[in-house]
Amino acid sequence: MSNAAPTKPAAASRASAPVYALVGNPNCGKSTLFNALTGLKQKVGNYPGVTVERKIGTTYTQHGQPLTLIDLPGTYSLAARSPDEAVTRDVLLGRRADTAMPDRIVCVVDATNLERNLYLVHQILDLGRPVILVLNMMDVAEDAGLKIHTSRLEHTLGIPVIACAASSGRGLIDLKLALSRSDLPLSRHAWDVPAAIAPAVSELQASLQDNDKKPPLIARAEALLLLTDPDSVRVAGSTPLAARTREILTSWETRWSAEGTDWAAALVNARYDHIGRLTADIVGSSGAPAGPSVSDRIDAWVTHPVWGWVIFGVLMGAMFLSIFTLAGIPMEWIDSGMGALGAWVGTLLPEGDFRDLVTEGAIAGVGGIIIFLPQILILFLFIGLLESTGYMARAAFIMDRLMSKVGLNGRSFIPLLGSYACAIPGIMAARTIEQPKDRLVTILVAPFMSCSARLPVYLLLIAALVPNQQVPVGLKIGIMLLMYALGTFGAFGFAWLFKKTLLRGAPPLMIMELPPYRLPRMRDVLMQMLERGGIFVKRAGTIILGLSIILWFLVTYPKSPEGTSKQDALAHSIAGRAGHALEPTIAPLGFDWRIGIGLIQSFAAREVFNSSMGVIFAVESTDDEEADRMHLRDALVAAKRPDGSALFTPLIALNLMVFYVFAMQCISTIAVVKRETNSWRWPLFQLGYMTGFAWLFCLVIYQVGHHVLGY
Amino acid sequence: MAELITLSSLAVGASAVVREFPKQGVAFLRLREMGLLPGTSLTLIRTAPLGDPIEIKVRGYNLTLRKSEADFIRVELK
Repeated sequence: MSNAAPTKPAAASRASAPVYALVGNPNCGKSTLFNALTGLKQKVGNYPGVTVERKIGTTYTQHGQPLTLIDLPGTYSLAARSPDEAVTRDVLLGRRADTAMPDRIVCVVDATNLERNLYLVHQILDLGRPVILVLNMMDVAEDAGLKIHTSRLEHTLGIPVIACAASSGRGLIDLKLALSRSDLPLSRHAWDVPAAIAPAVSELQASLQDNDKKPPLIARAEALLLLTDPDSVRVAGSTPLAARTREILTSWETRWSAEGTDWAAALVNARYDHIGRLTADIVGSSGAPAGPSVSDRIDAWVTHPVWGWVIFGVLMGAMFLSIFTLAGIPMEWIDSGMGALGAWVGTLLPEGDFRDLVTEGAIAGVGGIIIFLPQILILFLFIGLLESTGYMARAAFIMDRLMSKVGLNGRSFIPLLGSYACAIPGIMAARTIEQPKDRLVTILVAPFMSCSARLPVYLLLIAALVPNQQVPVGLKIGIMLLMYALGTFGAFGFAWLFKKTLLRGAPPLMIMELPPYRLPRMRDVLMQMLERGGIFVKRAGTIILGLSIILWFLVTYPKSPEGTSKQDALAHSIAGRAGHALEPTIAPLGFDWRIGIGLIQSFAAREVFNSSMGVIFAVESTDDEEADRMHLRDALVAAKRPDGSALFTPLIALNLMVFYVFAMQCISTIAVVKRETNSWRWPLFQLGYMTGFAWLFCLVIYQVGHHVLGY
Repeated sequence: MAELITLSSLAVGASAVVREFPKQGVAFLRLREMGLLPGTSLTLIRTAPLGDPIEIKVRGYNLTLRKSEADFIRVELK
């Protein structure tokens, strides 16, 4: 599944098998329809250059002919406001080099909400391409007492209109029959562009045809779009406008501004006027009561000032605990399974470097990738359920005020919450945030949330805080909470800072539909969940594997002579020497080279710090985790510096914990950020700023704690 | 002409008609494209538990927007 794979189907079959684009508003049931039509015959990838998902599927006509369907991101308008929406616009206008302009368009609309849904259809009919209109959710519309005269709509628009309920499969056969038609009529789409604006549209259209080499109808659609969306020419994937076209646009805008004509608003109004007349004619009400709907009644609880928070807390708690604990079971299986596999392969291969590379490098590396799958799948199962029921929008609705304090919107909450379990699924969940800058800020701060891999490190270091005795439970919990709080403040503080400086932009909008509650479509939810898992393994997996092997190499080479203890072998390795080399940098924080080795090894996963310390201080590990931790604690407490003073003083143990809170030490997170931001720039920036901040913060703690306070 | 108030000061449960709608701005163009424009009827359904954003019913669906936007939209009570 490569990014660069051209979307054009085999050229030979093109004449007989047209390519369809599937478009519609968010929440119109488009994905359900796409899944119902294509089943498992889907390919999910990315549009090159942007992190927008590209979904292409195959469906079959009634005669078994394959048809290609492109599922375009949902949008309310062709005047795009996010990279996802820009992809939809650019594909439909034939602006993308990687995706040929679709031959035909299937517009999916929510029949319960025709007026707003028809706005996009109205824009799309301007394109002059063959269009099939699907009225989805007809069952819900009928239950709500709406009577829609499908045939009248078909007659007025002059295109096939299909009544459908994708969730139950109703109307799918009719749709397939329409898709199979060898010819489709073009719409008799005539609407009056406001008189003040019409001459400008003609002039722009002529220039777009002559100077920008656009086909006539596309030129008209582009002209109309230019007038409602000043950004429509500047976004990636489109070539710049010809100078002449730009001139015409500017001169009209100047003239209108002087006259006080509001061209963009007038165009939108004119479309809605037209749509209003259209729907007045085809939608009748069977006189159902206009009282509060079921959704409104549920919302009275879900967004209630008291119960709303209780429900929110319970749902988020359940989600968090599932990732945190439920995922632990399969993770243990994976861990022991990969261990057993490594041991078994070890018996097959002759002893030597190659065997070590395979068992300790490759197999351990693969294990390090799939170990994340349970958490990713569980988080996306929850996200899928929350989205398909409609709760996600409510969560954003009630959280928006809090998140807006740091310049984010309510959508950032779930990615950040998920990051308490593991930043990997959390960062992947940031895709649900529409605005690119908000998405990026969320990704940049997500790893501050204390993840489950930091927990064993905290536990070990807390145990080492109070020598020779059990740490009181209150202190234990207090310090633990402090670490979680520090990370959370770090995340929100930096989010605020980034929104003020580096990623400054218009305040995030919170213009969002609150869709009616629906029963979740398990099939869609599970498909999305598996898709996520697959994307992670394929994309981030390769990077993680490569980095794991490099890390293995660093702790293994150069080899020590036979008979050297593990402890000395590690000290002798590149990582060991790097620990020494690192010492001058971390000595001001109170850390020595042995801790340096632990920090380096933590890049595989933070909890590796514990086993790293185990090797360095020659503590044998057993099957009893708690006993191991106590042995290791005793070894840490007993560890001395060359001058005989204790290495892990309470101040240093605490400082090290704080370092783990803030520092970016996880190759898997780096790999996922690279994948989600499409460049190495952001993961490297993140590595730098987080680790730099951790260093500064710990420097202050140690210098003040040691030299001023005398700890 | 009846007195106009801002959408953000509309009482919960009250219905009104949009009379004045900002002409410029990305947010307002998007709201317009989502069907909120002069002449449109709406009902204020609720405000979020923390007081912002607000939720309105417009053209048969529920839409949320922040008070910072609603401050600029003026409506006439029905």
